[in-house]
Amino acid sequence: MKLSNFTIYMVVVLVFLSLFTCAKMQQKNKKHIKRTLCMQIKGSDTIVTLVQALTENFVKQNPSLNVSVTGGGSGTGFASLINGTCDVVMSSREIDEREKKLAKNRHIVPTEFKIGLDGLAVVVNKNNPVDKLTIEQLGNIFMAKITNWKVFGWVNKKIVILSRESNSGTHMFFKAHVLRNSVRNANDEFAVQSLMMPSSQAIYDEVLQNSNAVGYVGMGFTNEKIKTISVAVNKISDYVYPTRESVTNGTYPISRILYLYTNGKPQGIVKMFIDYAISDIGQKIVLEADFVPIK
Amino acid sequence: MRLSIDTIVEAVIFICGIISVIFVVLIFGFLFKEGFDFLKDFGILRFVTGKFWYPSSNPALFGILPLVVGSLLVTFGACAVAIPIGVMAALYISEVAPKNMRDILKSSVELMAAVPSVVVGFVGMTTFVPVVKVFFNVPTGLTAFSGSIMLAFMAIPTIVTISEDAIRSVPWQYKEGALALGATKWQTLRRVVLKAAMPGIIAAIMLGIGRVIGETMAVMMITGNAACIPNSIFEPVRTMTATIAAEMGETVKGGTHYKALFAIGLVLFLITFIVNFVADLFLRKTQNR
Repeated sequence: MKLSNFTIYMVVVLVFLSLFTCAKMQQKNKKHIKRTLCMQIKGSDTIVTLVQALTENFVKQNPSLNVSVTGGGSGTGFASLINGTCDVVMSSREIDEREKKLAKNRHIVPTEFKIGLDGLAVVVNKNNPVDKLTIEQLGNIFMAKITNWKVFGWVNKKIVILSRESNSGTHMFFKAHVLRNSVRNANDEFAVQSLMMPSSQAIYDEVLQNSNAVGYVGMGFTNEKIKTISVAVNKISDYVYPTRESVTNGTYPISRILYLYTNGKPQGIVKMFIDYAISDIGQKIVLEADFVPIK
Repeated sequence: MRLSIDTIVEAVIFICGIISVIFVVLIFGFLFKEGFDFLKDFGILRFVTGKFWYPSSNPALFGILPLVVGSLLVTFGACAVAIPIGVMAALYISEVAPKNMRDILKSSVELMAAVPSVVVGFVGMTTFVPVVKVFFNVPTGLTAFSGSIMLAFMAIPTIVTISEDAIRSVPWQYKEGALALGATKWQTLRRVVLKAAMPGIIAAIMLGIGRVIGETMAVMMITGNAACIPNSIFEPVRTMTATIAAEMGETVKGGTHYKALFAIGLVLFLITFIVNFVADLFLRKTQNR
């Protein structure tokens, strides 16, 4: 009895010892990986697929590098740049004053690089006959001042508003340029009853199967299975469909610049990556991902 | 030798036993530390009774009433479905089902408990949500109701396995005594077995509620996340957990929004604490009888 107790005790000790050595070894491995170059990219969901495509090609050329790309929203990206947990932020909006101030407090110098343009597509279900809206009408829809599709000459159906979470650059951009119509310091917000979807893909999925829904996504997310709306600045101007041309020449009213941000002047691997993204090859990948090249 | 082993083992299990207490205190302390400043600055009353949640607006509004209502609505809905089904399933498995059937049911219930919540959410989003929209003729299928049903799926295994254990541990003498007195099988089940197993069943239900109220991923995917106070269960809601999960990433450490999310965590912690406390009171009452 005494012996068996002792054996059990020994086994427990052995298990702990082996766990400990395993952990130690893993730590060593981790240190090893740290020594090879690695880079964290975080931020906008809109361009996460684009940046993934860029990094895949980039890593193919430089196989020793280790790059990780995660989404979460432009706000998430800036927050982690300020918290010091990422090297490059991908963003679908400019850094805002509040974030600039926070960054300054932590001695972080956000540096901006433009990598492409994007038209913000307003999308509805295929069965919805509405195909053109003005910015003002859009604002009224998303602030729930208009709540029924019959206002636009369709059947008596409640409009289901789909929005992104507040950490999304797309959310911020849409709020600033459609809801607030570019007026600074206006306090208009998305209606409380708007559904906050966790990703652009979730908005796409809901629009695909819900004929009452209206949402907004980056141009790269649209295809022929859902309907993209033509947008006009006001009643007297032309309705413009978001295409490569209309975004480049600026006639599509809700288009925006896509950015990469780094802390200070980029160096080493980060500089290599930024240069790659702006190069002709990088811009070709931007085009292939259904965005508009900056040049 | 034996004595020293005894003391060592005693010390080890003492630490293991006390560790949960330490963790709870530490977690509460951390939540309190991060959330208290915010509550002081923003005002508890404004926080708890505010009807608007606009964290990135200027000035930011942090009213969690819609979130609390959302969480409670989803939880009540899930309980209304999961408790009757769970307890009756446990009764069937432990008392009525033939042995083969029992083995199959038991293992499948355990398998059900192993389904990750993100899978439940994904399956619910693609299969159940469109059905809810068409069947109840509502503008969108992303509603509190869909969330409740999917969460009930996740609570049922917990409720079934623990209540089943409780029911099975009722001494056989009780049952045989009741049957010998001429009670029918149903009377025995209802008046003797269920009553004797009640403390265990209540514990099971409480654990089920705990699972539901703390669930994040599935509700984020299927409840629609609209931060407004719903008029019915067929409207989109936003829960406290989904808010924390969705917004934690964008907050800057130490900022107001960050602290506000911790304050939500504090409220959530208090709610689960109250649930457990009430359950405990209830348990003691039944035991004393």
